[in-house]
Order: sequence, then structure tokens, then C-alpha cells
Amino acid sequence: MNKPNMEVTLGDVKLKNPIVTASGTFGFGREYGEFYDLSELGAICVKGLTLSPRQGNPPPRIAETPAGALNSVGLQNPGADAFILRELPWLRGHAVKVIANISGNTAEEYGVLAEKLSDAGVDMIEVNISCPNVKAGGLAFGTSPDSAALVTRTVRRHSRVPVMVKLSPNVTDITEIARAAAGEGADALSLINTLLGMRIDIRSRRPILKNNMGGLSGPAVFPVALRMVWQVKNAANLPILGMGGVASGEDAAEMMLAGASAVAVGTVCFSDPCAPLRIRRELEEYLHNEGVDSVSKLTGAVKPW
Amino acid sequence: MSVQRLCRITELSELGGGAFQLWFEAGEMAGLAQPGQFVHIQCGKERLLRRPISICGRRGDELRIIFDLRGKGTEWLSQRTAGECLDVLGPLGRGFRLAGRRILFVGGGMGTPPLLWAAQSVPEIAEAVLAFRCADRAILIGEFEAACEQTHITCDDGSLGAKGFAHEAAERLLAAGKAYDGICACGPRAMLKAVAETAARYEVPCQVSLEERMGCGVGACLVCACKTIGADGAEEYSHVCKDGPVFDAERVVWDE
Repeated sequence: MNKPNMEVTLGDVKLKNPIVTASGTFGFGREYGEFYDLSELGAICVKGLTLSPRQGNPPPRIAETPAGALNSVGLQNPGADAFILRELPWLRGHAVKVIANISGNTAEEYGVLAEKLSDAGVDMIEVNISCPNVKAGGLAFGTSPDSAALVTRTVRRHSRVPVMVKLSPNVTDITEIARAAAGEGADALSLINTLLGMRIDIRSRRPILKNNMGGLSGPAVFPVALRMVWQVKNAANLPILGMGGVASGEDAAEMMLAGASAVAVGTVCFSDPCAPLRIRRELEEYLHNEGVDSVSKLTGAVKPW
Repeated sequence: MSVQRLCRITELSELGGGAFQLWFEAGEMAGLAQPGQFVHIQCGKERLLRRPISICGRRGDELRIIFDLRGKGTEWLSQRTAGECLDVLGPLGRGFRLAGRRILFVGGGMGTPPLLWAAQSVPEIAEAVLAFRCADRAILIGEFEAACEQTHITCDDGSLGAKGFAHEAAERLLAAGKAYDGICACGPRAMLKAVAETAARYEVPCQVSLEERMGCGVGACLVCACKTIGADGAEEYSHVCKDGPVFDAERVVWDE
């Protein structure tokens, strides 16, 4: 059998393979670009961007957990203008799709960011309404269907490129939010963002994170993410970028079977810098062994009882 | 440039004072490494995050690390045996800039090891102040004495060398009129702050090696933040893994 076809489409954006790097774990690509050619990836979701530069939260910003990590970076970034000026031209020098992740304090800010970044030539906008680590914006927009709809509508109106809305798992019913975004013209959904969590140092009786709480990622969240991707795929028939604890090609295959069109990897890169390429290779091997000629045939192919 | 590779452990032993030393075959990593840089080590499959540990020596293509038991990761590391392989990412970060006619290395406790390799790389201009909690915790004194022109020991409780803190020992040298082109310090944050203030008072450029809980180790995830003064004079968060671990002390904002 020939090599399987690894091309996928994510909300009208064609990716040469389904492996995407998750926003916030990959900077703007420069660091991991020293380990391998970024054009091997399907797409890069860049670090979350805001209108003005953000300092982020005080340290410590990370705590290890069983099979996971909590982080509270707090959207530290140089601002969208600096990204467009200093980072995007460099990224565009690689044959890889660029997805800009945006966060605003108001719906209008999301609109301005979408316009700036789509004009600047990114391939897709990922609307972050699910960051657990900032006070304004972020998660506040992602926990009610009305505000999710408002932000999606605003971004859709200002963006010249496909719009993907990133959903939070920290809600009672994720399908409500998914349907709200879908109803306002989202081209795709990405999920899940991190799960709110906490760790305490029992000697000092202080939370390990200076922000007290943070977002949980890593293999610990994988089953939760998988369940939510499956629920959302059934509730809103939009392409999904599935993420949350994916650490192997088998995990990626599960994500796609549950309903994802592409898969983002993040925390696993901290221990294995070349994980995205390893996961792509393992996924190819799985397809080969299963006699599947095209990776896109996995999407939603789970056979529920 | 940094690489990820499986590195065979050639030697693992207790150094006394609660410290362990580990030598490993580093291949091309050895030639790339500079004093003050660190390696990021996978400490067992069940632990998600690597552990950053300063490089503190080189012989041929082997690198040396020295660590104490901080938690489950370092405990796992201490239980390895020679011949086993470690998954190592490195060398990472910015090391010390070592130039001039005389450099004073000021180390506190487990902050002394990275300074040993730095001193060994400039033996003719190296002088050291080593500070420990007590005599039982003292490490590497003989090796510093072999590497440096002069080595001064101080302990918090006076059980070895002079009684007092690292910055007090450094200040005695400065007050006696000794001229240094730079001070390189590594140790607990409170010690680094005191050494930096002393160095500033005597107008000696000071570099400090900082620590913070770390994620990726390469500058992508932004978790190992430390507050510094940027080029524009405003405070900002730099990152220990990529902008450091060695910083110019005058740029560090100590009271966060």
C-alpha cells in the first residue's frame, strides 16, 4: 500500500497533515524551529495575542501534576502589532499554515484583532474565549452562549480568513457554547482549552501557582477532551481541531475518530521537543496498519455502542 | 544551538553534603556547552516535566551535573546507575560572560557547582567565595581550591571558615581594596540579591544565575518568568530558560 494521504481540511484551510501545535505551548515557532523544519507541521497556532502587549502573571506559573501540568502564564505576549511586524514575516518564510490565536477584553477588541491579523496574512483566526488565567475577557466570553455568540459574530464580520472558536471545558454543557458559535458562522471549533485546577505546597500552605489556580493540560485531560470532542461533533457539525493531552499517534487517531478533523499537540512538546513529528509518523503507521488510505477518513468514524 | 539525545551515565556518586554528582556522555552537546548553561533532563516516563540542572563540568565529551534531592524527579535521578541512559536536552540558556583580569565567583550551597566549571574555564583570573549553611553541607571545596587562585569559605553558623553570609565575605574582599572586573554569583535568591547590592555599591559588574519552575526549557511556553528591567527601562517578564539563567544583576527586579 502507498503512504496514506495525510491532507486534511479544517474550516476551508487545507493542511498538509493533521498535526497542529497548540497555542501557548509553541511560542511563535522560533524555538522549536531549531529542532526541526516547521514546514513538516500541518499548522502552527501561535501564542495568544492581545491588542496591547501583556506582561502575564507573576511566577511560579507552572506546577507538575499526575500526568499533567498546571500553568498560569496569563497571556504574556508582545501584542498583535509586534507579532505582525517581527514574527509573522519570519513564520511566512516556512511552508506551514499560520493560525493566530486572539483574546480581547471586549467583543470590539476581538473584531479589531481579527481584522488586523487577517489583513496581515494569517491563514486562520482562533478565537480564544476560554483562557482561565486572565481576569477580563478570556473565559468570561466562553462560559455563556450569548457572549460566545457575540464574539463569534463580531470576529466573523471583521475577519477575511476562516474563524475557529476555541472552547472551554470549564462549563456545564460545552455543546451549548458550540452551538452558539456555530450559529454565528464559526468555520471551525477547537477544543479543549485547559481545565481549571490547583496545587498546594503542604509545608508553606501556599498554592504552588502565584495565581492560585491554573489550567491543567497533559495526558491527564485526554479522556475529558476526547469525550467533549465527541459530544461537540454530534451537537454542531463543524470541523474540529481536537486537543488535550495528545501524546502519541494512537491518541491522535482516537481524537480524529471522536470527530476531530485535525489534532493539536502542546504539553507533550515540553518533554519531547520533536513530538509533533513523532505523532505524525505514528499516526501514519496506524493508518498503514489499518489499511486506511486517507487520514481524513478517520474523522468521526467512531462506532458508538 | 541545542540537541536532544540519549546520554549514557558514566558515573553517579554521592558528593557529601546531600549532593550527588553525575557524569554522562554528551556527544556533540559537550562541545556546544558553556559554563552557566543548563541541561533539561527527563526524570522517568511518569513525570511530565523535565528537570533543569546546571552543567558544572566537562571532560572530553562528558558533562557533569551536581544536584540535591528536591523532590521525586531528583530522587529518581539519584537512583540511576552507570550504564543507564538519560534523555537530555541541552545545552540550554545563556551562560556567564567571563573576561577581565580578575573575577570573583560567589556561590551559595547548591549554587556553587555551576561556578566551579566557570572558574575552571578561567583559572588564572578566578577567585571564589563559597558559602554553606554549615560544615556538613560543604561541597567541592577541594576542586575550587585547585581551580582558583584563592578560595574563601564561609558558613552561616561558623562551623567552617568564617562565620556569616556570602555577601559579607565578598564585601570584606571589596572593602580591603581588591579589584575585580566582575562578580558571578549563583545560589538562593536572597543571597543573590545581597551579593548584587554589594557589587553595585562597589561598582563591580555582577552576573547572577536565577532559578524558576520551568516547562519547555527552550523559551516557547513562557512559564519560567522573572521580572527584569527591559531595554526601554520598563519592568517586564524575562524567561530564565532562554534569556537566562544568567542575568546582569542590575537588570533583575528582586522584590516581586
